[in-house]
Amino acid sequence: MAPRISSFADFLASYAPDLLPGSAAGRAPMAGAHPGPGGHGLPDLPHATTIVTAICDGGVVIAGDRRSTAGNMIAKRDVEKVFRTDEFSGMGIAGTASVGLEFVRLFQVELEHYEKMEGRSLSLEGKANRLATMIRGNIAAAMQGLAVVPLFAGYDEVTGVGRIFSYDVAGGPYEEHRYHSIGSGSVFARGSLKKLYRDGVSSSDVVRACVEALYDAADDDSATGGPDLTRSIYPVIAVVTADGYNRLSEAEAEEHARAVVNERMQSPDGPKAPLSSG
Amino acid sequence: MPFYVSPEQVMKDKADYARKGIARGRSGVVIQYAGGILFVAPNPSRALHKISEIYDRIAFAAVGRYNEYENLRKAGVTYADVTGYQFDRRDVTARGIANWYAQQLGTIFTESSKPFEVEIIVAEAGESAEADQIYRITFDGSVGDEHGYAAIGGQADQVATVLKERYSDGMTLTEALSAALAGLAAPAGNATPAGNAAPAGNGGERPELGTGQLEVAILDRSRPHRTFRRLQGARLEQLLAESRAAEPAESPEAPKDETPETGPATGPTTPPSDPIGPSAPADGM
Repeated sequence: MAPRISSFADFLASYAPDLLPGSAAGRAPMAGAHPGPGGHGLPDLPHATTIVTAICDGGVVIAGDRRSTAGNMIAKRDVEKVFRTDEFSGMGIAGTASVGLEFVRLFQVELEHYEKMEGRSLSLEGKANRLATMIRGNIAAAMQGLAVVPLFAGYDEVTGVGRIFSYDVAGGPYEEHRYHSIGSGSVFARGSLKKLYRDGVSSSDVVRACVEALYDAADDDSATGGPDLTRSIYPVIAVVTADGYNRLSEAEAEEHARAVVNERMQSPDGPKAPLSSG
Repeated sequence: MPFYVSPEQVMKDKADYARKGIARGRSGVVIQYAGGILFVAPNPSRALHKISEIYDRIAFAAVGRYNEYENLRKAGVTYADVTGYQFDRRDVTARGIANWYAQQLGTIFTESSKPFEVEIIVAEAGESAEADQIYRITFDGSVGDEHGYAAIGGQADQVATVLKERYSDGMTLTEALSAALAGLAAPAGNATPAGNAAPAGNGGERPELGTGQLEVAILDRSRPHRTFRRLQGARLEQLLAESRAAEPAESPEAPKDETPETGPATGPTTPPSDPIGPSAPADGM
């Protein structure tokens, strides 16, 4: 007697596997293609780029730039890559944008489906593990160039702190401490956060550090977009605390973005870390 | 060598069997109010729900055999989630789900030897009260498109009679809850010898259902995304107090008499004998 486990993705895999993200990859005639943008066999598809996340006092901040690129072209200026997955968690995506969006949709339904079926939410670890299984299921597509790497962060209702989980194309999760970033500009963003991040500070200070990190990523990575003041396109910023997932309004995001841009007018490389102790 | 039994007799036997099973449990009520749709069911369990969320604007209420309607509920959630994932969240409708339930229950009723002993309601909160939809589906798969209110369970007719008197368009949540409680108390009120006077609204003969015996939920149309909310604990207590405070204004009796009279009045009323088993600890939802 096999019980039906309340997983939407598992149900879909048996009921309508074609609806799973990246399911067509196995049938597409492109075996042997090199992964990544510009690889043979696959045309340049839009790719989502940099996501940063950092733990703040009583929660976690997730922020993402707004650019997607197809090869050396900018595919979209105002794409959104940071999403609410349920009341107490959110995720950002890097990699093939189309497959990533499908993953987000599937994961959102997965969490809600479990909640409705069982009458309770999954634990934060449970959510992180589910996402790992789903990413691993995409590995055939990833090998053909349709890779997606998420960054998952949420508020742990049991311990009352924010937590971050990262993944690779084969799954995960790896729990990260303090801060993490993914995507093409992640190297620069992480370097920036390394100098700017402080433990136990308020969410608004951490938001500022994240926007600085995104600015630094955009400064050195052509695939990451900086704040676009002329078109009013600002990073998507979300704060997850005991009050739930809260995406900052356009006005709040603009305030943070303008503050960073104004500061960079004076010192283009951003805040200077002190060299001498004391 | 089986005896010949006419199809009419088979169907009648099955229907009687299902009705008898459903009549053992207590009724459930779904009623529209200005801000959405209210669901009320007597249920001593905090974990085994009679009222549940199906989708963003759609909820489910059931009476009868727990394992049977729980199966239907889970299938309904799956139907809604697959439809919403495949198309768009707006493409999941109560009509579609009610139709699907009707097909399933109809097939089970005709083809299996034991019909489901359940009666369910699928309701959807629209953008406005006019767009609200309430469907009542019975054990044989017949669907009723209800307006304003609906009752399910063995005493559904008596409950609906009271609801018809009490219901009006654009009620507040408190008024709707008050009407629902009056409806649920109607069968018990008629059973007591003193309850032959006013059909409802007379606080004295009403079995007081406390927060511990009630399952109450709403589809709140003003909420974004998921509109389903359970009303529990302090919020429900406050709402119950408000609805009871509003009650004596309608009946001429002095409100002070209500409290001592309810004590003995609850005596003859049998506690809910639902076939859903013992109550489990709260799940924090």
